[in-house]
Amino acid sequence: MLSVKNLHAEINGKKILNGINLEVKAGEIHAIMGPNGSGKSTLSAVLAGRADYDVTEGKVSFNGKDLLELSPEDRAREGLFLAFQYPVEIPGVSNINFLRTALNEIRAYKGLPNIEAKDFLALVKEKQALVELDGKLANRSVNEGFSGGEKKRNEIFQMAMLNPMLAILDETDSGLDIDALRIVATGVNKLKRKDNATIVITHYQRLLDYIVPDFVHILYQGKIVKSGGKELALELEENGYDEIKKKYDIAHV
Amino acid sequence: MVTDKLTVTHQLSEELSKISGKAGFMPAAEIGKALQYLEENGIPNNKHEDYKYCNTEAIIRKEFKTLNGKEIKVSKNLKQDYYVNGTYNIYVVNGKLDTKNSEFPARATLTEIENAPADELKKHLSAYAKSTHDAFTALNSAYADRGLFLKITAGVVLDKTIVIHHIINSEDTFFYNIRNLFVVEKNAQVKITETFYPATGKNFCNNLTEIFTGEHAQVNHCRIQNAGNSFYGVDTVQVAQNRYSNYVHSVFTFSGALVRNNLTVSLNDEFSECHLYGLILGKNQQNIDNHTLVDHQKPNCQSNELYKGIATDNCMLTFNGQIFVEKDAQKTNAYQSSKNILLSDDATVNAKPELEIYANDVKCSHGTSTGKVDENALFYLKARGIGEDKAKKLLLHAFAHEVIDKIADVDTAMYVEMLFEHSLN
Repeated sequence: MLSVKNLHAEINGKKILNGINLEVKAGEIHAIMGPNGSGKSTLSAVLAGRADYDVTEGKVSFNGKDLLELSPEDRAREGLFLAFQYPVEIPGVSNINFLRTALNEIRAYKGLPNIEAKDFLALVKEKQALVELDGKLANRSVNEGFSGGEKKRNEIFQMAMLNPMLAILDETDSGLDIDALRIVATGVNKLKRKDNATIVITHYQRLLDYIVPDFVHILYQGKIVKSGGKELALELEENGYDEIKKKYDIAHV
Repeated sequence: MVTDKLTVTHQLSEELSKISGKAGFMPAAEIGKALQYLEENGIPNNKHEDYKYCNTEAIIRKEFKTLNGKEIKVSKNLKQDYYVNGTYNIYVVNGKLDTKNSEFPARATLTEIENAPADELKKHLSAYAKSTHDAFTALNSAYADRGLFLKITAGVVLDKTIVIHHIINSEDTFFYNIRNLFVVEKNAQVKITETFYPATGKNFCNNLTEIFTGEHAQVNHCRIQNAGNSFYGVDTVQVAQNRYSNYVHSVFTFSGALVRNNLTVSLNDEFSECHLYGLILGKNQQNIDNHTLVDHQKPNCQSNELYKGIATDNCMLTFNGQIFVEKDAQKTNAYQSSKNILLSDDATVNAKPELEIYANDVKCSHGTSTGKVDENALFYLKARGIGEDKAKKLLLHAFAHEVIDKIADVDTAMYVEMLFEHSLN
């Protein structure tokens, strides 16, 4: 589904990604872990199409299409979804209006007519329940005045509404208490199917107790330095990043 | 250069004398003062601090040198073309009240200003808008030959909104001086919406409205300026507030080659408050200039101001917000905010807050910002599949809504929403 080959990216001339290779197939959950500053968020931003970053080398294909050639909106329409680490507050735009617009834009891209109001409301109701999101929040401005936990649940709510092929969860666990973490993880697990995939980007192993990955990759200094199964995350939890840092730093001195 | 400076003023006076003559309802002494002010100061150009971004002298020299046009009365189809259900629909064509089509509220007095009761004119006319302060006020006092008088008697709470439909219809080049007086007496309440529709002909409209709000009176005044791009207007609103009165002013500007708004509110007695809102959508070569002045004269008054501008193409938007807190005006609360979005590299925004505070126990704040559409918000919307154009529109709607939401009358709000939507496209 997603194939990242030798991806290099920089911001304002500063190199952040130094040759990422990653293959994600339908039905899989991948976890990307790494210490602060290793390039985790840059990777998600580059995949989603944020303009601040320059891709200097490499290729990304998504369902056979050249992802890097697509605008951010077309990536979303093709089925890519980024759950933001810091969801943006947009005063004056109601959550509902925002979602209806997004859903209809995606449908129009696929040649489908606008969703019927009745069907849309039923969908909202169903997906709200999935992340235990208060109905009142749906009618408020996008993320405005939401707590940290509400913002993250709202991200998963949007993901449920837009039903992407590939979801990238960027530090979705940051700032969540244990209950919110459970709700978010349960939502993600319920959305998992054979034909979609998830990339979980996280600093801590904690979230992976709830969302069990098929593969774990360790990102350091803009490169995936180690890949393995879910046991790699546990190893990391025990030993911390120091060992990885030491090993990688030494290897390159 | 003095003679040069007055050439335009003299020319205009001469032309105006031909088409309208001196204001009949204005006391001769006031006209005298006004003419003297004009003779001493002339029509302002950009060297005048208050008209720095609004060179009216140059515009009149270039566009209104000769007033060879004429006004054309329209009376047919007014109700079909302009009508708001559930309101008092008042039609004003070229500044003149259409008595045949208008629906007059039984509990208010609404007449041509020349038919206003003499005692009201004596009491209020030119009492608030001083002919010795501003050239367009002087010009208006000297030459206004038409306008409205509205009075809401003490204690009357008007059930429905008064919607004043302003239709300007001229042939060729014409210049209007329109004088209005609204008196809202003690304990009275009224909602007024004024809509200026796209005008025919090339018009300069010097429209001046004096408003008096009595004790505990509540006035909600909404103005929609959409007179089209062959329209040039200086629009002066001068409000005098008595104690415990509340005046809300919202202005929405969608078109006009030149729109200069001079809005002055004097909080003349304790516990009065005013709320001033503006939403301006500037396009092509438009020059839209809002000057506001809130004069806190007495203690315990409150003023709140929010002006928002969206500038596209090569238009110029100006916001100049003055707040005076006089020595006497302790416990004043005065807030002002102006926010602007620039959608084009060729558009200009001038924003200038001016606070003068002479009292020592006051709360005053002001803020102004001008920038592009929030890039983070834009990316967030795009990352959900919403195209650039639509995403921008969503954000501009959100920006505008903070002001549109302040409109008390539902139909007016819907109409403004529709005009906004239409103007964005």
